Amino acid sequence: MSSTHPTLASNDDPAQPKRLVVVGGGMVAHRLVEALRDRDTAGRWSVDLYCEEAHAPYDRVALTSFFAGQSPEELVLPHALETNPSTQVHLGTPVTAIDVTSRTVRVQGRDEPYDALVLATGSSAFVPPVRGADLPGTFVYRTIADVQALEAWVAERGPGITGVVVGGGLLGLEAAGALHGLGVTTTVVEFADRLMPLQVDEGGGSALRRIVESMGVTVLTSTASAAVHAGTDGRVASMEFADGSTVDADVVVFATGVRPRDELARDAGLVLGERGGVVVDDGCVTVAADVYAVGEVACIQGRTWGLVGPGYTMAEVVVDRLLGGAATFPGADTSTKLKLLGVDVASFGDAFAEAPGSLEVTYADPVVGVYKKLVVSDDAKILLGGVLVGDASAYASLRPMLGAELGSDPNAWLLPDGVGARVTGEFPDSANVCSCNNVTAGSIRESVSCGGCTDLAAVKACTRAGTSCGSCLPLVKTLMVGELEKAGVTMSNALCEHFEFSRAQLFDIISVTGLRTFSEIIGQHGTGRGCDICRPVIASILSSLGTGHVMDADQARLQDTNDHVMANLQKDGTYSVVPRVPAGEITPAGLIAIGRVAEDFGLYTKITGGQRIDLFGARLELLPAIWRRLVDAGFESGHAYGKALRTVKSCVGSTWCRYGVQDSVGLAVDLELRYRGLRAPHKIKLGVSGCARECAEARGKDVGVIATDKGWNMYVGGNGGFTPRHAQLFAEDLDTETLIRTIDRFLMYYVRTADRLQRTAPWVETHEGGVDAIRAVVVEDTLGICADLDAAMAAHVASYRDEWAATLADPDKLAQFVSFVNAPDAGDPDLSYVTERGQRRPATAQERAATLIAGVKLGVRA
Amino acid sequence: MSEWVAVCTKGQLIPERGVAVLVRDQQVALFRVTGSDEDGDPADFVYAVGHRDPFADANVIARGIVGSVGHGADQRDTVASPMFKHVFALATGECLTDPSRSLPVYRTWIAGGVVYLHPVPVSLLVA
Repeated sequence: MSSTHPTLASNDDPAQPKRLVVVGGGMVAHRLVEALRDRDTAGRWSVDLYCEEAHAPYDRVALTSFFAGQSPEELVLPHALETNPSTQVHLGTPVTAIDVTSRTVRVQGRDEPYDALVLATGSSAFVPPVRGADLPGTFVYRTIADVQALEAWVAERGPGITGVVVGGGLLGLEAAGALHGLGVTTTVVEFADRLMPLQVDEGGGSALRRIVESMGVTVLTSTASAAVHAGTDGRVASMEFADGSTVDADVVVFATGVRPRDELARDAGLVLGERGGVVVDDGCVTVAADVYAVGEVACIQGRTWGLVGPGYTMAEVVVDRLLGGAATFPGADTSTKLKLLGVDVASFGDAFAEAPGSLEVTYADPVVGVYKKLVVSDDAKILLGGVLVGDASAYASLRPMLGAELGSDPNAWLLPDGVGARVTGEFPDSANVCSCNNVTAGSIRESVSCGGCTDLAAVKACTRAGTSCGSCLPLVKTLMVGELEKAGVTMSNALCEHFEFSRAQLFDIISVTGLRTFSEIIGQHGTGRGCDICRPVIASILSSLGTGHVMDADQARLQDTNDHVMANLQKDGTYSVVPRVPAGEITPAGLIAIGRVAEDFGLYTKITGGQRIDLFGARLELLPAIWRRLVDAGFESGHAYGKALRTVKSCVGSTWCRYGVQDSVGLAVDLELRYRGLRAPHKIKLGVSGCARECAEARGKDVGVIATDKGWNMYVGGNGGFTPRHAQLFAEDLDTETLIRTIDRFLMYYVRTADRLQRTAPWVETHEGGVDAIRAVVVEDTLGICADLDAAMAAHVASYRDEWAATLADPDKLAQFVSFVNAPDAGDPDLSYVTERGQRRPATAQERAATLIAGVKLGVRA
Repeated sequence: MSEWVAVCTKGQLIPERGVAVLVRDQQVALFRVTGSDEDGDPADFVYAVGHRDPFADANVIARGIVGSVGHGADQRDTVASPMFKHVFALATGECLTDPSRSLPVYRTWIAGGVVYLHPVPVSLLVA
């Protein structure tokens, strides 16, 4: 056995790589190193990257997502930099000087030699010289540290505060969105006469303004800032404008542009541009040999670029040069598509119709808040540019068409809807579809026609298209489908790459052939090892056919972790536990028992929408002990983890209610006990209301039952969730026995014929003939399968056993409940919790980071 | 630092289902995969990758579903994280559904029914 790492080449080795020093650790620097590592297969370069910020290179474009709960770690760009032994990343290590004569950079007092040097120092936020711009409570919006400080300030000042964002450009609106999202009453101040003056025209600006204002953000345009004033506590309190007016402000964010970080270059005697930036030639080379500048710090073709796209292009140029090529910067694509404050804004090509003779075609709907403009050549055929505000869905299709013939009346591209339908896949192969990663339509087609990609995930992995901002994905998919169709591939109903059948077909196969193990099923009817799609489907089918415990050897490896450990995985890797409370009816003793268990195991408790109690934060190895207590107190599994019957919700009905006409609780208890444990293509929920007032919200359930004075009305196909649906009337005034028989058959028919993860509503919708046809099958028995369905349900009811009680009685199964097989008593040492509103919850990434810095563990429970 | 550590017995590994082990401060997910190699002979591998899901920041990889992508000689064994269903190649740790992140990969060695782990992750590129 070999256990040593390859030894590093010694210093006098003639094959020793040359040394590249990269100054700066932003997105462009990251791209450069990543591209070099990809293409320098001969190992000609070793890289030292010096980054002033303490964070590894992160996605600055996505900075605002920090406020949507993304942790700084989540913004970090792919880890390729760390994993290569020839790439050293020095975080929190600024370069303080460069010497182009001795070819060294000064780092922490040492002089480090380079064979090639890349300046990728980026920009810093520009704060205009207004009085008070440095008061406590003023911020810029550029780095993770900036947004963390801003968030902390707002949190400390508490709710109901007001804020001003100076600058109504792209960054200003991002900052306004962040403040608005933090509950700050926000005003945006812009010097120009409209928002985003660099990207959108007057019409777009006013549409944008209307939408932004409708969200409750105040917009002041043509307004110059004069001063920031402090309150008596010395902190920022108000903002004064050139016309003498003021607004209150507990926080002020300056988003007034950036300035290149060119001071190292200046001190080293490199040539700087008129408005700053290190001047480089088309090969990104500065005046000094082997010294390059890329990204926002580079002044190329006479100007600097504050966008990541041109920076990436420069990075690619430098990599080519480092490897002996002669690439040149082709010019920048300034197209942008963003979502600011939830509003889509896109601008591309000649957005201001500056080309001689160009025509503008506009469409505006002030009511909906949409503005679209295309700039076309004087014969209205060639697309030159455009502005889209409020609905930028056409962007992905339009941007690659720049300079090409539109092929139809330009108006057709602007009208609402149907844009996608008009995109025929007839893009020239050279059209740049993904501008983040420079992927052309041709390479996407090739990945399908030659690369064998047959789904979006494969195309993304192969071409990197759509892996950054994702805005081009609809177009990538259109191109992919077009190419697949050309190749004669029809989109099949195959479950996944391992089975060519739909779930319903597999159900029939398994049920007819009598195969009962996954190995046999995949061996005879599938290929490979299976995956996270087909394995749980087979497990569910086997389970519906009543073949044993979910943890039995053959089935164990098919189950999703939720089914496998019979609990619901939560974000930190612990589980939640839900005992069954049939119909939501529970005795005081039962409530106390659940409460004691929660208290003793330190579980967070919450009442669910299904009238039961969810206990959160149970570590894997504690589940058996928790369930031992629950089972002893008379509870059983609630199957909250399964694609199975969840709950039968009920109102209190005639038991107590003065309007109730039937015993809804009694029926709901009977139904829940009858269908508990029934595995299905998706979760199933039922509801029973005791009168037409419908307090159990039964029509929002897969099967809803509503009492009438003559019996029960039965509804099917309702659900809440992502696409709420009302259940449709299925049968009226049924007696209890007929009702239960009808539900039996409806559920069993669904279990047998629905697709994977298809709830009853879409199943009913896509069933040929809809609800009427299903009624014919289960009520009139037109297919002659009702006896079969009845027998299947009877078998289910007869064979039901509580999975948890069975598990507790089986030492082999219990042995699987450990976090670490080599340390059975240990819990995950990375878990940490904080107390909020009297209960513990997982610490957020920030809270965990704060703990690490402070060196104290926050109330971790052993 | 660089010696092999005995982490469990082979019998403690359920075929095609993962377990986690704690080695010093590292959490590692082990997967025993049975099947046949390209010559059709019975084969038994133990893969070891990082237990932490880099997308979810939670230690759950060992609880994922084992599977494969590709056919024949191109077949690669995978695990799908239970958190957001990212699929990782067990041999290399790369994420096949979002290549921006990956799992560290560890070497394993089985001798005398004992599974040994080398606690220094194999770099993706050195491998």
